[in-house]
Amino acid sequence: MKKTNEIILAIETSCDETAVAVIQGGNKILSNVVATQMEIHQKFGGVVPEVASRHHMEQITLVMEQALEEAKVTMEQIDAVAVTKGPGLVGALLVGVNAAKAIAFAHQKPLIAVHHIAGHIYANRFQAEFDFPLLSLVVSGGHSELIVMDEHGSYDIIGETRDDAAGEAYDKVAKALKLPYPGGPQIDRLAQQGEDTYNFPRAWLQDSYDFSFSGLKTAVINQLHKLRQKDQTIDQENIAASFQSSVMEVLVEKTYQAATAYEVKQLIVAGGVSANKELRERMEEKFKDSSIQVMIPPLYLCTDNAAMIGAAASIQYHQEDFADLSLNANPGFML
Amino acid sequence: MKVLAIDTSNQPMSVAVTENMILESELTVNVKRNHSLQLMPAIEQVLEHASTSIKDIDKIVVAGGPGSYTGLRIGVTTAKSLAWSLDLPIVQVSSLKLTAASLLYMDGYVSPFFDARRGNVFTGLYKVSKGSVEQIIPDQNLSMQDWISKLNEREHPITFISPNADAFKEEIAAQFQLDYQYIEHTLNIPRAGMLASIGVNQDADSVHLIAPNYHRLVEAEAKWLEQQKEE
Ligand SMILES: [Zn+2]
Repeated sequence: MKKTNEIILAIETSCDETAVAVIQGGNKILSNVVATQMEIHQKFGGVVPEVASRHHMEQITLVMEQALEEAKVTMEQIDAVAVTKGPGLVGALLVGVNAAKAIAFAHQKPLIAVHHIAGHIYANRFQAEFDFPLLSLVVSGGHSELIVMDEHGSYDIIGETRDDAAGEAYDKVAKALKLPYPGGPQIDRLAQQGEDTYNFPRAWLQDSYDFSFSGLKTAVINQLHKLRQKDQTIDQENIAASFQSSVMEVLVEKTYQAATAYEVKQLIVAGGVSANKELRERMEEKFKDSSIQVMIPPLYLCTDNAAMIGAAASIQYHQEDFADLSLNANPGFML
Repeated sequence: MKVLAIDTSNQPMSVAVTENMILESELTVNVKRNHSLQLMPAIEQVLEHASTSIKDIDKIVVAGGPGSYTGLRIGVTTAKSLAWSLDLPIVQVSSLKLTAASLLYMDGYVSPFFDARRGNVFTGLYKVSKGSVEQIIPDQNLSMQDWISKLNEREHPITFISPNADAFKEEIAAQFQLDYQYIEHTLNIPRAGMLASIGVNQDADSVHLIAPNYHRLVEAEAKWLEQQKEE
């Protein structure tokens, strides 16, 4: 059953993107289709889980068809079907999981259950082969984690957020600034035009690789509250720059300390927040003189997509780590 | 013609294989379990009992709502993914019509209903007679109280049937003014064998357009529409 250069059909529906990709040999994208629902959720100011599930349901076969067509492969040429099992929104995950099970069964293909974060990490494998040990910083709306990998498929979480994920703090601060959803890119854009004048707190959490962003978030919200009460004009650019500066300083510094302590050969930055311009620049600057290779995926692979799920699934395919037809979505799936 | 029929609209799960209207194999479960976990293994098992490969199936019929949103999506996603990837015709049947069809050989008016929480039901009115089911009032979502008032105006007996055991039994007893009966035990559980026979002669729907009939907007959407109206 196993072969090299295998072709995997991968499905990702953990949040608000219905995504299907066809990946060859773990690092070659034959197709990568993403149907985003961003505009649909914009009017609600955030992702509404039931709305997301309904849209996944309407899109799923269309997106699968487009992915196969663009890859110019038929179901018969597919060697395995992979799908995000979690974490994510349960109703959204269920659409992908049940679609994957149905087509795997219909064509008697092995089924592979992939962890969403493993996917984000493996998005980097399209650029270069992994060199172990490596450190991965995963930052997104739901995650802020430092993960050490000694080999393929092995994940040691050495640090994680104790409260809000970085992306979550971004969304909340954006809301307080009355910026449209999604807030992250808006803050990044404003921050480019402002300066760190407010000097918000940095949560260093001594002797730990954990993160905490809720104190910072509260400080920003309190500051805005004060300004509004005094009827003072709010310099959105400087607030954004000060907030972002505080987040980035902690992320970059802690990542650097961990990378040095674990003597890793590569640093991988992954997850939605890795699209942040300032994070990319600061991280490259910090590691400029070190021997550690910094890998950040191109923008289209930072946000949720199925190519990354196919890349992670390739490792599981070669380890023969297959799921059976009773596979279920797991919104709290652990790495 | 071999048909694979799937219903996971509510707590009961039913899967069947029929050949030319004859039931070959059926699995029906009515205990609180996880449809996502159980549906594919059930399909595999039902096909095996019918000594049929999925490749030998000619048509797929799925109960398309109303019902539990999650349950519906599991059944409909599975059915439509199978149909799409095997290039099979697929047909969607009302989950309420399927429930009414349990009484196919009765002669009279049937109100199948599902508990939609907070005093509401998904329901419709059907006429059954000599093996056929005809819709009289379309499937909808409303309070049981309003539904009973509507039926009270009709001047003919009604048979109530619901897989939600004795939901609304007391409310019906207290407020329904005409003759009625309330079907309990076994017959109230929708069966996929019946689903196959309702759907087998129905024209196929476009596979990409298949989606559950939820009969209710998502709350956030309803609120948003309300706001648009005010502005
Ligand atoms: Zn993600």
